[in-house]
Amino acid sequence: MTLLSVRELEVRHGLLRAVRGVSFDVAQGETVAFVGANGAGKTTLLRAIAGAHLPQAGRISFAGEDVTSAPSYRRARAGIALVPEGRRLFGELSVTENLLLGLSAGNRGAWNLDAVLEALPQLQPIRHALARNLSGGQQQAVAIGRALMTNPKLLLLDEISLGLSPVAVDLVYAAIAKLIAAGTTIILVEQKLDRAMSVADRMICMLEGSVVLEGKTSQLTRDQITDAYFGLGQVGAHS
Amino acid sequence: MTDSGLVVARWTPTSVTFTVAGVGLLLALSFLPTVASPATLDRMTTLFIYVILAATWNALAGYGGLVSIGQQAFFGLGAYVTIRLSNAGVNVYTAVVVAPLIVALFSLPLSLPMLRLKTSEFAVGMWVVAELIHLLVNLDPLIQGETGISLIALNAYTVDQRNALTFWIALAAVAAVLAILFVLLRSATGAGLQAIRDNEEAANSVGVRVVTVKRIVFVFAAAGAAIAGSLWLATAISFQPKTYFSAQWTSYMIFMVLVGGLGTFEGAIIGAVIFYAIEAAFGSMGVWYMIGLGAVALLFSLFLPSGLYGIFGARTGVQLLPVGYWLRDTKSEPAVGQGKAAEA
Amino acid sequence: MIWVEQIFQGILLGGYYALIACGLSFMFSVMGLVNLAHGSFAMLAAFGFWALAEYAGLPPTIGWTAVFPAMALLGVALQRLVLDRSARSGFLIPVLATFGLSICIDNLLFQQFGADTRSLAPFIGDLSYDSWELADGVFVGKLAVYIFLAAVGLLGGLQLFLSRTQLGRAIRATAIDRDTVGLLGIDANWINICATAIAMVTVSIAGAALGMRATFDPYAGTPQLIFAFEAAVIGGTGSLWGTLLGGLTLGIAQSVGAQISPQGFLIAGHATFLVVLVARTSLDRIADVWRIFSFVRTKAS
Repeated sequence: MTLLSVRELEVRHGLLRAVRGVSFDVAQGETVAFVGANGAGKTTLLRAIAGAHLPQAGRISFAGEDVTSAPSYRRARAGIALVPEGRRLFGELSVTENLLLGLSAGNRGAWNLDAVLEALPQLQPIRHALARNLSGGQQQAVAIGRALMTNPKLLLLDEISLGLSPVAVDLVYAAIAKLIAAGTTIILVEQKLDRAMSVADRMICMLEGSVVLEGKTSQLTRDQITDAYFGLGQVGAHS
Repeated sequence: MTDSGLVVARWTPTSVTFTVAGVGLLLALSFLPTVASPATLDRMTTLFIYVILAATWNALAGYGGLVSIGQQAFFGLGAYVTIRLSNAGVNVYTAVVVAPLIVALFSLPLSLPMLRLKTSEFAVGMWVVAELIHLLVNLDPLIQGETGISLIALNAYTVDQRNALTFWIALAAVAAVLAILFVLLRSATGAGLQAIRDNEEAANSVGVRVVTVKRIVFVFAAAGAAIAGSLWLATAISFQPKTYFSAQWTSYMIFMVLVGGLGTFEGAIIGAVIFYAIEAAFGSMGVWYMIGLGAVALLFSLFLPSGLYGIFGARTGVQLLPVGYWLRDTKSEPAVGQGKAAEA
Repeated sequence: MIWVEQIFQGILLGGYYALIACGLSFMFSVMGLVNLAHGSFAMLAAFGFWALAEYAGLPPTIGWTAVFPAMALLGVALQRLVLDRSARSGFLIPVLATFGLSICIDNLLFQQFGADTRSLAPFIGDLSYDSWELADGVFVGKLAVYIFLAAVGLLGGLQLFLSRTQLGRAIRATAIDRDTVGLLGIDANWINICATAIAMVTVSIAGAALGMRATFDPYAGTPQLIFAFEAAVIGGTGSLWGTLLGGLTLGIAQSVGAQISPQGFLIAGHATFLVVLVARTSLDRIADVWRIFSFVRTKAS
């Protein structure tokens, strides 16, 4: 069953066409990874799905509803949760308070404070600390936990390993593996190709705002993706 | 730059015409006392005072990003220092001219703490300063609290002499204020000011010495409000602290600048002329007049924050006075550039 | 003994200042703007109480059931029509817009109610002059004590509300980052509407307090704004307990000043405000220098 459907999406930042006519579907329970160089439009695409940017053209439907022009808070209530690049925690609020804010979406489900603290055990000892005093890895865990508290049907993860130590990345990916096992639908944007390929069912490679390669992870080779990543070979010949 | 055919121009034909016309107008006006009636001179003086108030508050808020609700502090001080100087035996018209300079000197140390405040803190902080100065002036035995005092030394002159002298000083003051502002805006300081207006953080990062530039404009605006105050005293003769230290003066300045065009040189002048006309037409309506002023200020800030001149400039791309920089395409005349008026 | 009594009176007066500063400080911390019509809204509420008592025979003890909701609704309108719109046109515009609004409100009140000074004291019976005798010849007005307790209760209640409730957390989060709260299902516009409505109810309480303990007139909003602002800044804008402390400092300074000279009341208040302001900005600068110094030192070692 298709959960998210994106058709001919165009997003501009001023004169820059950050996302150019992108179309794809994500099925319930699927994990899709977007890869591509900096500036390929991946982050903008995720933010457009979450409603943080409004698209200039195209259509986004989620769970059968057209959400193209819905504001971000409506999409969060409908079940789309974005873990934004740079975490964007509320620094003056405690870890628990940051997590509890996820309840504002009004979606009750399997995820509550206890469940999140169990799934992300590294948060247990620091739950009364202020978010701004945490390490990068801890902050990333809080950001994921906060998104989970909205009990999302679709979880969007933007560059969650950026700036983290290898150990912290291991911890974060261990948590993602658990989410996938639990059947959560995930779209992730990731610079680290190996990490992305280790969890994703499907890979979509973007270049200069457009999709240049798409396929099941099992059917793609690392070289194919790397070529597309840098715009080499036939697939990336346009532009 | 030459490869692209673009050059930076500072004068356009329109702005040359208007600058020459402006200077000509000032010269012509200086002969007005020989022909006009005392009442006309008095009205013109009032208009000049409004232009000074609008232009200097606009420099402060529109360019410096410093919204002050306390400019009545300097307005009142300008009048008070004039009284004090005159009382000490200084010629009354010398006092009218010198008092603003003393107030400007006083504003320099005041700027040290005030300029460290954030936007809204600065706005109300200046208001508190004005209230405090008002209370302190009331303590002066010469002023006798709210009873006030008159500028008796004016009696040495006939009514005609007074009107003419006050008019000339007002004309010189308005010319000086506009000329200083004009030069200031065309200098490196002015480029800095306009950069601060557009984006203070960015201005800071490209090396604009934000605090120094703001200090210059703060002192300039203080001097402007002070000369307006001393001139007002010269026309009204009596000094009552409550009238001079009233926040009403600041509301007039805000009205003029908002209606004319915040952050544009020409806008403030246009705003002053409009305010003068509105006051002449509706001033007698009392409280409804004030309600109208407040409502117009509110509506302009919500719906037309760039004011009448801002709209005019954006629609036409015309710049009447050359205080900005224009990109001119020498390959395909006429000018294609975006003036500062167009983006304001 | 006279000094002790003055300081005591100053503390009670400070309670009123904390009350009027509460809404201003609250809105500043949530939306980062100073509402220059704050004092005028307090007067509007005070006249609301007065009109209900004078024309409908409803004393403030009942009148609040009408005034509070009306002011909260006005807050909704203020946020939707003025603050939200003006905040989008840059940082100068909200200051100018609310200043224009205050001129409108003051003069409309003058148009409606005239220049006479009014008071709510006649409508609250004995409370306006009842007092306790603390020591021999030292009296303390019951009303002043109640106002002080109301200030402590209101600030404490707001503090609890902000830290313990979901709406309170959402208000704090919106103040920090209004784009990100949207991703969690929070409508930032709605949160700001709630915050403004809450602030307007606190303004009404302050207006009632002023009306009961003293007199007011249509143009009394300006001094109330200035007192509120002074209390909020002395206490450190944005901190609610700081606001209480700021109110007390202002009240004590004024009471002591009044003891020195009749004009000393206002002068001492304004002067204290400016001294605190200058001291704080100088301390910030010293702290900056110290931070750079310690940074260089750690880098060097």
